[in-house]
Amino acid sequence: MRDEKLIRMANQIAAFFVSQPGTASEGVAAHINDNWSPPMRAALLAHVAGGGAGLALAVVEAAPRLRPPPARAAKA
Amino acid sequence: MKDFILPGRDMGTPARKGAPVSLTIDGFAITVPAGTSVMRAAAEAGIRIPKLCATDSLEPIGACRLCAVEIAGQRGTPASCTTPVAPGMVVHTQTEALARLRRGVMELTISDHPLDCLTCAANGDCELQDMAGAVGLREVRYAPGANHFAQRAAEVANPEWRPKDASNPYFTYDPAKCIVCMRCVRACEEVQGTFALTIDGRGFASRVVAGQDVPFMASDCVSCGACVQACPTATLQENSVIAIGTPERSVITTCAYCGVGCSFEAQMRGDTLVRMVPWKEGKANRGHSCVKGRFAWGYAQHQDRILKPMVREAITDAWREVGWEEAIGFAAARLSAIRAESGPDALGVITSSRCTNEETFLVQKLARAVFGTNNTDTCARVCHSPTGYGLKQTFGTSAGTQDFDSVEAVDCAVVIGANPTDGHPVFASRLRRRLRQGAGLIVIDPRRIDLLDTPHMGEGLHLALRPGTNVAVLTALAHVIVTERLYDEAFIRARCDWDEFADYMEFAARPEHAPEVVEALSGVPAANIRAAARAYAAAANGAIYYGLGVTEHSQGSTTVMAIANLAMMTGNIGRPGVGVNPLRGQNNVQGSCDMGSFPHELPGYRHVSDPAARGVFEAAWGVSLSPEPGLRIPNMLDAAQSGQFRAIYIQGEDILQSDPDTRHVAAGLAAMECVIVHDLFLNETAAYAHVFLPGSTFLEKDGTFTNAERRINRVRRVMAPKNGFADWEVTQLLANALGAGWAYSHPSQVMDEIAATTPGFAGVNYPMLEARGSVQWPCNDAAPEGSPIMHVDGFVRGRGRFIRTEYIATDERSGPRFPLLLTTGRVLSQYNVGAQTRRTENTAWHAEDVLEIHPHDAEVRGVKHGDLVRLASRVGETSLRAEVTERVAPGVVYTTFHHPGTQANVVTTDNSDWATNCPEYKVTAVQVSASNGPSEWQSDYAALISLQRRIAPAAE
Repeated sequence: MRDEKLIRMANQIAAFFVSQPGTASEGVAAHINDNWSPPMRAALLAHVAGGGAGLALAVVEAAPRLRPPPARAAKA
Repeated sequence: MKDFILPGRDMGTPARKGAPVSLTIDGFAITVPAGTSVMRAAAEAGIRIPKLCATDSLEPIGACRLCAVEIAGQRGTPASCTTPVAPGMVVHTQTEALARLRRGVMELTISDHPLDCLTCAANGDCELQDMAGAVGLREVRYAPGANHFAQRAAEVANPEWRPKDASNPYFTYDPAKCIVCMRCVRACEEVQGTFALTIDGRGFASRVVAGQDVPFMASDCVSCGACVQACPTATLQENSVIAIGTPERSVITTCAYCGVGCSFEAQMRGDTLVRMVPWKEGKANRGHSCVKGRFAWGYAQHQDRILKPMVREAITDAWREVGWEEAIGFAAARLSAIRAESGPDALGVITSSRCTNEETFLVQKLARAVFGTNNTDTCARVCHSPTGYGLKQTFGTSAGTQDFDSVEAVDCAVVIGANPTDGHPVFASRLRRRLRQGAGLIVIDPRRIDLLDTPHMGEGLHLALRPGTNVAVLTALAHVIVTERLYDEAFIRARCDWDEFADYMEFAARPEHAPEVVEALSGVPAANIRAAARAYAAAANGAIYYGLGVTEHSQGSTTVMAIANLAMMTGNIGRPGVGVNPLRGQNNVQGSCDMGSFPHELPGYRHVSDPAARGVFEAAWGVSLSPEPGLRIPNMLDAAQSGQFRAIYIQGEDILQSDPDTRHVAAGLAAMECVIVHDLFLNETAAYAHVFLPGSTFLEKDGTFTNAERRINRVRRVMAPKNGFADWEVTQLLANALGAGWAYSHPSQVMDEIAATTPGFAGVNYPMLEARGSVQWPCNDAAPEGSPIMHVDGFVRGRGRFIRTEYIATDERSGPRFPLLLTTGRVLSQYNVGAQTRRTENTAWHAEDVLEIHPHDAEVRGVKHGDLVRLASRVGETSLRAEVTERVAPGVVYTTFHHPGTQANVVTTDNSDWATNCPEYKVTAVQVSASNGPSEWQSDYAALISLQRRIAPAAE
C-alpha cells in the first residue's frame, strides 16, 4: 500500500479526533483498529517506526495503541 | 358482503380519517370515518356505484354525474363522490330514476366517442366500456354531428379532430378518445405535483393539453405515468399495451431502481412483461411511480444482455463463450491457486446494492466463510457509508429514523444535498404534496434544485452554499439554535446526555461558528442561516432529508453527525413528521449494508472483532472467521497495485465507471489476476475481467429489497432467468466449486438463515412477508410488527450522543489552475452508470452528460450553450457539452455520470471521507475551456474498450 495515501487517511482521522474532547490518540487508535485491515496497520506502524514523517502528532501517539497485525499480514 | 372485497379495488375517492359515522346504503348498515364520500362508503359495503371521473387516488370533482344517488330527505340526485356521509343517512344507489339518469349521461358521453372498441388498445380494460355495460346503455339516439373523434365528416376534414401525440416514447395521447373527465389533469397536479396538464377551452371545446398546447415531450411532463394510470379510456395508453394487448395476470414486486423501493404490479401475458403499474397498497409509493420504474424496464430484454458465461486468459484476449461448468471451474481454479499462493486476504468481493438481500448475504458469506477473508465491500462505500458511521455514533443504528408516510406530518422539511425530484421522484411527489399543504422548505445545496420551484408552495429558503462547506453551515445552524436558546431542553434532558450537549453547546456557540463568520467561507448570507435555524427549530415537526451531497465529502461523516445533532437538540426524533432521513441511492443499498457487506461488520452491523457476533456465524457456518477488518474498495485497488490483492468477484457493480479517479480504478483492476464480473451487461469494469458470469434481472428471481425506510419488500420472479440462473444460484455454484457445500434451493432459506443470525431480522420470513406485504426492521420479539419509526422511547444506543463537528476544509480547493468547483449528481431519466436506463427509451430525455455552467463563468471562457468543452482537474480531463444555466452559482459547475463516453469520474479525485473513505465526488477543483474533440483519455479509452470487449466467434 502506498504510504502517502495511508498518511493522508491517518491525518484526516487525527484531524477529527483532535477537535473532540478527550485524548485524540485514543480515538485515532480505536478508529484505525476498527477499520483498517492488518496490512494497512502494518504499513502505518512501519512508517511510524521509520520516523513517521508527515504524520500528525495524534497518529504517532496512537501507534502504541494500534493492535499489532497478525504475523500472516505483517509480511505482506 | 365486505368479505368479498379484494384489496386494490378502486374505492372511488380517497380514504379519510375521522370519527365513525354510521349510515345505510341499499339496506346495508355501514360505518365509515367522517368525511368519507357516499361513493367510498358504498364501496366499503361492497357496492360499486357507476363512475367515470372519480378514482380513489384523486380528490373528487363531481363532473361526470354518473355516480348520482338518492338520499332520503335530500332533493335531487347528488353525486355520491362529492357528498360526504352523515349519521343515519339512508342511501339508494339503484332506482328506476337513477338508472334512466345514468343511461342519459352515458348516452351523451358516448355520442362523442368512437365505437371502435374491438380494435381499441383499452378493449377489455376500459372503464367507459364497463360503465356502458353497468348502466345498461343499449342505444345512442343522437344523430351524427359535431364531434372530436372523426377525422373527416361528410368528405371534409373535422376541425375538432386532433391527431395522436406520440411524442413520448412510452405512451400515446389520443385526443379522439378523451371524455374530459380530468383525471389526468388532477393526477398530474395531486399525485405527481408537476402541473404539466390542463384543460384548454370551455364546454364542447374543452381539451386536455400538455403545457400550453404542445406535444407532451415539449411540456413539463416528467413521464411519471400517473395520468396514464388515471385515464379510464384509451386516451392515454402505454405503448406496450398498444403493441402487445392487455395483460392476463399480475405479480406484485419491487422496483429495482432507487432507494424509495416502490411496489409495482408486473402485468404479464405469458412470460412477456406488458407493463409495470405502481401498486396502490405499496407502502413506500402509495400507488405512484416515476419514469424509471414505470417505463424503463426494456433493458431486461435488451439485445446487449450477455446470456452465456465467458472466460479469457488475459484481458487483452478476446472473450470465449463457454458453458457454466467451465466458467465456474475456471474461476474456482484461479481463486484457489491465488489463495494457496498468497493467502485468503489476496481475495475479495464486492456485493451489489442492485441485488437482493439474499444474494448480498451469500456474496459476503462467500468472502468470509469460503474465501476466509473479510475483504468484502459494496457500493454503499461510495454513497452512504458516512450515514452508517455517523448515525451509529450518534443514535446507535445505521439507518434512517422514519417511514415515508412520515412526510405527511412534516411542518418544516430541510433538504440537504439531495435532489429528490430527480433522484427520488416518488418521495419528491409526496413531499411536494405536503409543501402544497403549507409545510415550509429549506434547501441546503449548491444548486437551485427543482423542489424549490414546486408549484403552489410558499417561499422556500435556499442556502446555496459553496461545495465542501456543509459542516460549517450546519454548525452555524446549531450556533443559532444554542445561542438563541431555541433548543428543546426537555427532550435533551430526557433522551440525551446533558453533559455532552453542554460540551456541544459550548463548541457551537464559539464565535467562529456564527453565521456572520461562516458567510465568508460558505457564501450563504448570515441572515438566511439564521432564518433557516429559526424555522427548523420553531416547527412543530421538523424533518431532515439528505442525500449524497452530504455524504460524498471529505467530511461526510461529520456532516451526518451535525445533522443528527440538529435533530436531537430540537427534539425532532421519535415521532411521525420528524427525524433524520437519508435518501438512499439504490434499491437495496440499505439492505446491502444490513447484510454485512462492509469489511469490518458482520450482518446486523456487528464488528468482526466481536467474538460473540463471530461465534453466531461460526456456529451457523461451521467455519472460523477472521477477527480482522478487511479492505474497502479503494484500499483493495491500492493493495492490488502493490501486489497484495489479486482476485475479486464483483456482483452487479460497475466500479470503473462509478468509482472516482477512473485511472486509479483501471490500474488497480489491471493489476489483478482474476477479476470475475457478474452482471447483466459487458460493463466498463468487464473490460478488465477474466471471467464474465451473466446476471439475472429483478424480474427473473425471488428475494427481498430493503428500501431507505428499512422496509423489506418482496421481489418476485415473473419470468425464468434468460441466462439460466438467478444471481444467488450463480454465487452458490462458485462457492460450491470452492468446496462450500451450500444447498439452498430457494432464497427463503437464505432469509431464514439471516433471521437466525441477525437480531434485527429475527422475525422476518417469507410467509410473514407474503401475509403482510412488507415489514420495516427491526422486526423481532421486541418489535414483532416491525418499526416504522425508530428511537420512539429511547435511542438504540441508550442516550443520544452529541459529537463536536469542527469544519475542516477539504484539500481539494479551487486555485489559479483549477478555479471552478465541480459537483456531480444524477438526472430523473437516467440512473447512475446508466447500464439500465441507457438501454431504454429514456435516452430521449438525456442522451449525453452535459456540463452545467453559470452564464458568467461561460462568458469569460467564451463558452456558448451547446459548445463542446474540456473539463480538466488535476487527475484527468474529459470533453462534454456545456449547458449555460443559472441553476449553478458562479464558480460551480455540475455534471452527471450516466454515460461511459463522458466518464465524469476521470476528473474526480481520490479524496475521501475521513471515517469511511466514501469518495469526495461532490468537490473537484476544475477548469473549463473550449474544446474541439474528445480528450486523449476518451479516445484511448474508446479504443481500449472496443478491443477488450471482443467476443470470439463460436467455434463451429
